[in-house]
Amino acid sequence: MSMKVSRGLLLAVVILLAGCQSVLMSPSGDLAVQQRNLIITSTVLMLLIIVPVIVLTLVFAWHFRASNKKATYDPEWEHSTILELLIWSAPLLIIIALGAITWVSTHKLDPYRPLDRLAAGRPMPADARPLTVNVVALDWKWLFIYPEQGIATVNELAAPVDRPIKFKITATSVMNSFFIPALAGQIYAMPGMETKLQAVLNKPGDFQGFSANYSGHGFSGMHFVFHGMSEDGFAQWVQQAKANGSDLSREVYVKLAEPSENEPPRYYATVAPGLYQAILTRCLDPDSPSCMTHTRPARSGESTGMAGMPMPAAESH
Amino acid sequence: MIAHIDPAKLIFGRLTLASLPLHEPIVVYTFIGVALGGLAVLGAITYFRLWGYLWREWFTSIDHKKIGIMYMVLGFVMLLRGFADAIMMRGQQAIAFGGSTGYLPPEHYDQIFTAHGVIMIFFVAMPMVTGLMNFVMPLQIGARDVAFPFLNNFSFWMTVSGAMLVMASLFIGEFARTGWLAYPPLSDIASSPDAGVDYYIWALQIAGVGTLLSGINLLVTIIKMRAPGMTMMKMPVFTWTALCTNVLIVAAFPVLTAVLALLALDRYVGTNFFTTELGGNAMMYVNLIWIWGHPEVYILVLPVFGIYSEVTATFSRKPLFGYASMVYATVVITVLSYLVWLHHFFTMGSGASVNSFFGITTMIISIPTGAKIFNWLFTMYRGRVVFDLPMMWTVAFMITFVIGGMTGVLLAVPPADFSLHNSLFLVAHFHNVIIGGVLFGLFAGIYYWFPKAFGFRLDPFWGKCAFWFWVIGFYFAFMPLYVLGLMGVTRRLNHFDDPSLQIWFVLAAFGAFLILLGIGCMLVQIAVSIMRREQLRDVTGDPWGGRTLEWSTSSPPPPYNFAFTPRIHDHDAWWMMKKYRYQRPLDGYLPIHMPHNTPTGIILGALSFVFGFAMIWYMWLVAAVAFVTMLVVAIAHTFNYDREYYIPADEVRRVEQARTELLASHV
Repeated sequence: MSMKVSRGLLLAVVILLAGCQSVLMSPSGDLAVQQRNLIITSTVLMLLIIVPVIVLTLVFAWHFRASNKKATYDPEWEHSTILELLIWSAPLLIIIALGAITWVSTHKLDPYRPLDRLAAGRPMPADARPLTVNVVALDWKWLFIYPEQGIATVNELAAPVDRPIKFKITATSVMNSFFIPALAGQIYAMPGMETKLQAVLNKPGDFQGFSANYSGHGFSGMHFVFHGMSEDGFAQWVQQAKANGSDLSREVYVKLAEPSENEPPRYYATVAPGLYQAILTRCLDPDSPSCMTHTRPARSGESTGMAGMPMPAAESH
Repeated sequence: MIAHIDPAKLIFGRLTLASLPLHEPIVVYTFIGVALGGLAVLGAITYFRLWGYLWREWFTSIDHKKIGIMYMVLGFVMLLRGFADAIMMRGQQAIAFGGSTGYLPPEHYDQIFTAHGVIMIFFVAMPMVTGLMNFVMPLQIGARDVAFPFLNNFSFWMTVSGAMLVMASLFIGEFARTGWLAYPPLSDIASSPDAGVDYYIWALQIAGVGTLLSGINLLVTIIKMRAPGMTMMKMPVFTWTALCTNVLIVAAFPVLTAVLALLALDRYVGTNFFTTELGGNAMMYVNLIWIWGHPEVYILVLPVFGIYSEVTATFSRKPLFGYASMVYATVVITVLSYLVWLHHFFTMGSGASVNSFFGITTMIISIPTGAKIFNWLFTMYRGRVVFDLPMMWTVAFMITFVIGGMTGVLLAVPPADFSLHNSLFLVAHFHNVIIGGVLFGLFAGIYYWFPKAFGFRLDPFWGKCAFWFWVIGFYFAFMPLYVLGLMGVTRRLNHFDDPSLQIWFVLAAFGAFLILLGIGCMLVQIAVSIMRREQLRDVTGDPWGGRTLEWSTSSPPPPYNFAFTPRIHDHDAWWMMKKYRYQRPLDGYLPIHMPHNTPTGIILGALSFVFGFAMIWYMWLVAAVAFVTMLVVAIAHTFNYDREYYIPADEVRRVEQARTELLASHV
């Protein structure tokens, strides 16, 4: 038994060391940092009860082994009101604490909620203007449309450091999940629906982004690099895309949307007007029966997507 | 019109020679291996002239004990298949780095992880849980069989039929490539036009009928057939957990049936429940399948909690600590399990209030679960803990399960889940609770009740080898996945670019290899135990010093279980009987009313296999014939009036007399 304990401890140490360097434990975006802190707080809170249970299990199993005749044996003992109160209230107290943390943090870290700070101790400047990126999960690559810059990219994303980013996310055929672990948590990308993510990156660098929801044959190759840059660097990157890119007309998009795998990054200098909205409402061909502006009247405001669950949540903020 | 109907299509549907994966060497070799193995088994059965015996004594049997054992055999055979899938995945992920694409192309790999999940949940864990409930529960409540013995046999063969469909998909066509819950739009006809998802749908529908009927059967048995004196609060804890599980089955499985029926309509007749077109919405599917799926987790784990309760009390030589709070905890978990399903998809964007509600309900479940752990802990306290195999598995469970519970509560915190969802951290978590909870418990239960079923114990040496390989292998296989999850590695990938991850996958593959050795030891253990059965023989019927009624009868129990229906005064009925020096009655036997065996169950099961297979391949004519034949057989069975017989009092006396002599010779 003691061999097992030491092996377990060794394993735990190795895992802790490896875990500390991992992207989720040392992220670069404020949202992901807060999520990391939450993971640590919750784990510590639970360890308050988990560690004693594991230790007691081993101690009781060893001490009360049948061959240990010195241990007290009380074959009738099966109830103790005080003990039972304790064993129900100890987990209860921890869950009350964790429940409170959950309620507050879930609201505070809601991906739909506009950010109120850049990082700990750095409130959002009054003139901060979020960068909007429309994200489309295609079979099997990511299309990023920058409406302000008028460009689009495939499998490459860039954003300036310390500027809030507002992702609007949808998909064409099947469900995916948009995830850049260093930046913030993931959110599903679903056809005919729009989900949102508001995040900010605090450190420059190149980060992995990918689909975190299995979506078929080319799923494993559905990843991209997210460049965190200075404002100048970002402006240059946009210029480069404009200089090197072709035009993303509706016809080009239709070809792009056909299934393909392991796509290299690609740039588009122009984007057909209303393309994202047409993808979201499935109206690339306005006469198609799937076009939602026909089947469902548009809701008030900007979105004309389907009135699914994400929409009310989006509007409540 | 008629001229357009191609008779070959009516019979063969879309099944052609091209549907056989002859171009895939892995599948062909597997097929040859399975075929040779199967032929060897069939040949051996023929050589030893066992067909008549198997047919009369097992296949057509409506004895709950034999059906329970057949469920366990099914579960163990399917475990080998599910594990083969697992080790293939671990192998692929350990080598597919950088330039290497591994040995499994995506279309193959994607089937394997889907099949692994489906098989392990539906055809390993479910049959084993149902099998143990079937075998043990009627004995624990002092009943002679379940409430509807024929239905029990029918349910079993429906489960087999579903399992056979999954196995058939290995060699004819392909299995689903959608993940084990087959979310649309990926499982829609547009994204998955081949037969894979149809195999999934029909295998689960057919097996689901079996599960639902067996749930009703066991539920009625517990409610109506307890021995006199066994009030609810005197039921053994395993029976309590079986009751709650069957309530969950009866309430949850119809949801699965409905959601799969809707998916089938989308695929077969072009409705739009879950498509993106015409107002369909895939999110409904995700909600519905998890409204079944979360209770399913508790369907698996509750009976296993019951097993741990029986084992801990027996091997600590003490009554279970806090029987009443254990019962209330079980009931609370049963109710709460319906209020948590959304935690499987916080990332769908339901909004903060909905997410926190479901996060907090999920955490609340950990309170009764924690209370249970403490109850087992304090059962050991001031006990005399004997470390036979069932108790070893129980201690391993207690340590392993709390780790899985902790990571589970962590995943229930929505913002944490946004980072960890769908990652290998999640994979590690649910294997942590399903292997460390359900499977360890099933092993504890198998070692515990095996002597009751067969009259001899399983060999402890090979059992200990299996135990250490499994437990150490589990930690090696899944702790690295927690780390990988924190590194932001998502699941179901068949290729990786970052070489620094490889070491963790190699460790995990090594763990899977250790588990393989564990499974090997179990197979050796069974063989060795059969050969050494005379040394391992238990003639008392009570090898462990048990506390509940099943240990009061012989091992294996006679077909009628109890010559006299016992009277119950305490939840540890047999312990009390022993304490007050209970004397077996040696006379006054009466004829015992018993149900007859019937082949209807296996015939209906075979027909539903044909029906399912025909539906999968669009063989409309075959499907119609199979379905009508099924109805005819079912109706014909209702005219079978030769359903019961009496075991004469003399026969009962002879059996009981033999036991009396055996007991006397032993003591």
